Amino acid sequence: MPSAARAVWRLGRPALVLLLAALAVGVPLWLVAVTSAKPQAEAVRPNLDLPRRWQPAGNYEDALGQGEMLRGFLNSLLVVVPSVVLVLVLGAGAAWVFARRESRLVSAAYALCISGLLLPPAVITVVMELRQLGLAGTRPGMIAVYTGMYLSTSIFFMTGFIRAVPPELEEAARMDGAKPLRIFLRIVLPLLRPVIATATIMVTLYAWSDVFYAFFVLGGGERSTLPLNLYKVAGAQLYLNNWHLVFAYVVVMSLPMVAIFLVAQRSIVSGITSGAVK
Amino acid sequence: MADTAVRTRGRARPPASARKSGGRRAGRLSRNAVHHPWWFALPAVAVFTAFFLVPNLLNFYYPFTDWSSYHPDIAFTGLDTFRTVADDGSLLRAIRTTLLYAVLAALFQNGFGLVLALLLEADSRFNRFFRAVFFLPVLISALATGYVFQALLDQDGAVNGVLGTDIPWLGSTTWTLVLVTVIHGWKWMGLSMLIYLAGLKGIPGELLEAAKCDGAGPWRTFRSVRWPMLAPAVTFNVTTALIGSMNTFDIVQATTGGGPAASTEVFNIYMFRIFGQGLYAQASAMSLVLFLVVVAVAVPLVVGLRRREQLL
Repeated sequence: MPSAARAVWRLGRPALVLLLAALAVGVPLWLVAVTSAKPQAEAVRPNLDLPRRWQPAGNYEDALGQGEMLRGFLNSLLVVVPSVVLVLVLGAGAAWVFARRESRLVSAAYALCISGLLLPPAVITVVMELRQLGLAGTRPGMIAVYTGMYLSTSIFFMTGFIRAVPPELEEAARMDGAKPLRIFLRIVLPLLRPVIATATIMVTLYAWSDVFYAFFVLGGGERSTLPLNLYKVAGAQLYLNNWHLVFAYVVVMSLPMVAIFLVAQRSIVSGITSGAVK
Repeated sequence: MADTAVRTRGRARPPASARKSGGRRAGRLSRNAVHHPWWFALPAVAVFTAFFLVPNLLNFYYPFTDWSSYHPDIAFTGLDTFRTVADDGSLLRAIRTTLLYAVLAALFQNGFGLVLALLLEADSRFNRFFRAVFFLPVLISALATGYVFQALLDQDGAVNGVLGTDIPWLGSTTWTLVLVTVIHGWKWMGLSMLIYLAGLKGIPGELLEAAKCDGAGPWRTFRSVRWPMLAPAVTFNVTTALIGSMNTFDIVQATTGGGPAASTEVFNIYMFRIFGQGLYAQASAMSLVLFLVVVAVAVPLVVGLRRREQLL
């Protein structure tokens, strides 16, 4: 590369990155932040101006009250946490068997279990089935649907990861007399840490944001999760024009995900490297 | 109790005899069955079967019934439901809209993601920070993303305010669909970026150095070395983006709700609307068609991209 071009690139690249980040991510986030601090009269026509009168506390309080945010938060936690735990634990067990054993039956079971990566969940008949099982509109029903849906993701990532781990580590423990359960808990699970981080992020993200399946399974009412509440708040938007509340809600709903990402960020990339791109 | 006993015995024994006893056990059962027993996989297989596979199988029956909130019983009616959705035009329209949406969304998501990955490839502190910045949209729910862009693109919204224009961004029966797919690409570009970064990281440094020694410029290196080496990342990204966006709902619902004039009514929007009206068999029929369309797209796509990986 000629040195002039290299110099342009060295200065131009960071400038381009800054510009892209400001336009593509900065502007939308700015809109959310300023609108969530405006009084209703200013927020009716959403724009990028700073609020003339700041009332963030009032807006967030209203979102808490009218949007039933605390209950939504609790409801979300009560379905998302068990789903994620089940997806990880059941997924890891299955991935271990799928990665280490070789037979027609095993590869058939593996293919079946990761088919959920491609196939769309049959949401209408899931509702039918849950009704027959007495699980429609309940948290266990929602957890079962999320677990069934996202198991494929975790099994796929974890199987890829375990295949890359040398089996000698397990052999050594086996020689010391460890049984499968012990090997799984003491050797396999700790090794899986980076890919567990990836799967946790992905599944938490999907389940935390989901409104489609929650709508069919939980409906509205007592057990509605944060996204369902947001949908309701924004639905009322049509005649109330309360962008300020919608965006206060958006901020609060997004913060837990940002926090989880910041904590687990480092291991995500390594998990993706070994899981998806092998 | 028995477990403890075995373990103590195992530990007390010298390693050689432990190995021998392992070998003897392997004679009766297969070694695999002892070391990686099936029951570790069974709970996952059971849950997946019960709450994913079975509903998908049921989905091959209920579209052929008159199941709705208006009947107490469910009766077999053959192809009536399909005739209804085909005659009112929603079937073909949903197929066309969903496929177009998926192709455009995958294109934007991968394009944005690849450009970002190439821009932020080197491992500097600056780049790591901005990778996180571009990942932020992934962390915001798709529903929230939809509302943000509704506020931006409304005729009364921020974009028209800044540009001083009066364009009904979300009101065109032709262009709104394209715009919504750009938003979809925006929301997921961070994930594609991470996967492309992982792919770029996997390229051995010697290869790039060899290309440099041979006098290849950056463009030539990209075309002849980087891009072919990225093939597995491309396979993964294109497949997940294309198939994932056929399942889209939140962004469309929050920006246009399927409008204007049903021009953005993808399968899931239709199902949502029709289910709300209590027409379960119709919704189920659409769900079955979506399933078949996804299979028809996914199988050749995966096979083709895999073959391409071998060729490159």
